[in-house]
Amino acid sequence: MKNEEEKQIILDIIREHSEGPSSLVQVLTLIQEEHGYLPMNVQQLVAQEMKIPFSRVFEVTSFYSRFTTEQKGKYEISVCLGTACYVKGAQGILDEIKRRLNIEENQTTEDGLFSLVASRCIGACALAPAMIINKNVFGLLTKQKLTEVLAMYTESNAEV
Amino acid sequence: MERRCDRIYVCAGTGCVSGKSLTIIENFEQALQDCGQTDVKVIKTGCFGLCSMGPVVITQPDDCFYSKISPEDVAEIVHEHIVGGLPVQRLLFKNTGGEPVSLFEADFYKKQKRVALARCGLINPEDIDDYIAHEGFQALEKAIRTMRPGEVVELVTNSGLRGRGGAGFPTGQKWQFTMDAPGDKKYVVCNADEGDPGAFMDRSLLEADPLSVIEAMSIAGYAIGSDEGYIYVRAEYPLAIHRLEIAIKQAEERGYLGNHILGTDFCFQISIRYGAGAFVCGEETALISSIEGMKGTPRLRPPYPAVKGLFDCPTLINNVETLANIGKIILNGADWFRSMGTEGSPGTKVFALGGNVNNICLVEVPMGITLREIVYDIGGGIPEGRGFKAAQTGGPSGGCIPSRHLNTPIDYESLKEIGSMMGSGGLIVMDDSKCMVGIAKFFMQFMVEESCGKCAPCRLGLVRLYEALERITEGKGTMADLQELEEIAEMVREMSFCALGQTAPNPLLTTLQYFKEEYLAHIEEKRCPAGECSALLSYTITESCIGCTKCARNCPVSAISGKVKERHSIDPSLCIKCGACMDDCPVHAITRA
Repeated sequence: MKNEEEKQIILDIIREHSEGPSSLVQVLTLIQEEHGYLPMNVQQLVAQEMKIPFSRVFEVTSFYSRFTTEQKGKYEISVCLGTACYVKGAQGILDEIKRRLNIEENQTTEDGLFSLVASRCIGACALAPAMIINKNVFGLLTKQKLTEVLAMYTESNAEV
Repeated sequence: MERRCDRIYVCAGTGCVSGKSLTIIENFEQALQDCGQTDVKVIKTGCFGLCSMGPVVITQPDDCFYSKISPEDVAEIVHEHIVGGLPVQRLLFKNTGGEPVSLFEADFYKKQKRVALARCGLINPEDIDDYIAHEGFQALEKAIRTMRPGEVVELVTNSGLRGRGGAGFPTGQKWQFTMDAPGDKKYVVCNADEGDPGAFMDRSLLEADPLSVIEAMSIAGYAIGSDEGYIYVRAEYPLAIHRLEIAIKQAEERGYLGNHILGTDFCFQISIRYGAGAFVCGEETALISSIEGMKGTPRLRPPYPAVKGLFDCPTLINNVETLANIGKIILNGADWFRSMGTEGSPGTKVFALGGNVNNICLVEVPMGITLREIVYDIGGGIPEGRGFKAAQTGGPSGGCIPSRHLNTPIDYESLKEIGSMMGSGGLIVMDDSKCMVGIAKFFMQFMVEESCGKCAPCRLGLVRLYEALERITEGKGTMADLQELEEIAEMVREMSFCALGQTAPNPLLTTLQYFKEEYLAHIEEKRCPAGECSALLSYTITESCIGCTKCARNCPVSAISGKVKERHSIDPSLCIKCGACMDDCPVHAITRA
């Protein structure tokens, strides 16, 4: 949260969706969808506005795997490690991406272009092994196809 | 001209959407408009089930079944079929005999029995009128207008329906307990936190027929005396959430939800709560904590949620698939439901069949069908002519079933006897190239990450188990590790606080039981029989090498040397066993052992 404008957007979400402490998970989910991540100052704002101790907000953001406190790259690569993808070689795809981008899981490339996460079942089991980059699903991945997809994002560096 | 097709159904489940089915829908609408066929309707449906044949397109009333359609095929279908009246033969789905068949004549459907999925694919999930035209809300009307709450509960009890989320607790009993519990305020919760990796039954159901779940929750509310319900759904399922929101809004507008439902005194409202990615929230009491806005850790039972649940009020928690059966049971009766399945496990079960199987699909089968029938008759067997090694049911809480148990009937008790469990319905097939120690490690890693940390046996025990498995797959395991695995697994199983920890050792214990020789090969011979554990592999360049230098150029760590047109060699001290050379080699001169 860097300026007043961003703060206002977050305040609007809290005011629209907060129905007391039980809506904390809901509110945080919606803020992350809008803001991309949940840094400390955003969590503090949520605690203050919803009248919940900060420790409880932090407990929730650190417990659920969906919440992130760090800014993600422009393109978030989410490699499915569901069982169906795993038996079709998803671990190899994940390792290959790590090697090519020179990052580990939950890290972002230095140029801020890609971040990498492993996710649990995206539900595209018929396309296993599969990954999602932002909202686009890429399935039946091979090392060859991976090269093409990554190149497409690196070269165009534009919304696909 | 004779009208042969006036409705085009296009699957818009997650699998088919990944295959561009939304573009297909757009193209159909455009193409139909271009040639003046504006009275032909394009209907966006939920999952038909045959995901590996997607995107799927069905035309009605002439009942043609197109499979693996791409956006480019649309113009041809519109011109030849819709306008010209001749189905496009090359795009029609064909059975193994090669003859084109309608959807429900496909081999894939022959052994299926659709109850929970009855409407999936046949209706537009975003249109309440379509739902009403397919028996929608008839069960709610029947229950509210002609039955007393106690009679509804009795009917569900008599049907013998058991919870489809995993444990198989009798649904009617749960309803009875919640109805009997004292308290003015009660809740109905739908558990749609499908955390089992490789399972997509609930998601498909919510995407294809969300109103059936909403109707069933209202019926449950009427039966137990509740006026408020929550659907707890994973935030990772945006399409399911979107369709639920539409469904709730439409049901409220039509008086099927909200105040004075169908003009009676019964009021019931439903809100959606997001799951934020925690496997443990599938456990009832952890789920309750999560809906209350806290971290999802389980609570001591008893008191059970039926007595003291959400916000300390009596709460009924049912899984999506369980609820999807309710409407049919109310309309057709307990005897009808009991006519399907087995004595102890009546009805049907939905499975998400995936992994190394030809038809990756969503299937609904009568209980009691054998694993062999699901894998071979419905799933079409194992691809690439490989052999069957194991089937995994119940996800990270279930077990790996070897080929000698392929004839086991699928029901709650039989699966438990062979060390696995029904689980929510993920069914992953593994071929003979899979390392079973690796699979055990995969599930253990999942459970280590998902353990909520509340109790020590699960929080610490699972980490010790994972470490031992890691040593074994890296070739550093000893026989003492094997004994440690067995001892700690038993301890975690007996002493963990909730079902997550109690069932977490199952994949390990079943692989130990059925595939012990693989563990021994890793430990005693430092060898991975399936050739999957990279630390135990070595790569060699054989005499077939033509010296093209491709491998040497592509090796990420420059471990390969050799002159042009001469046989190359790999330096094992540098090799990181990534396998890139083997994938690249044009003459398959590199072997792995």
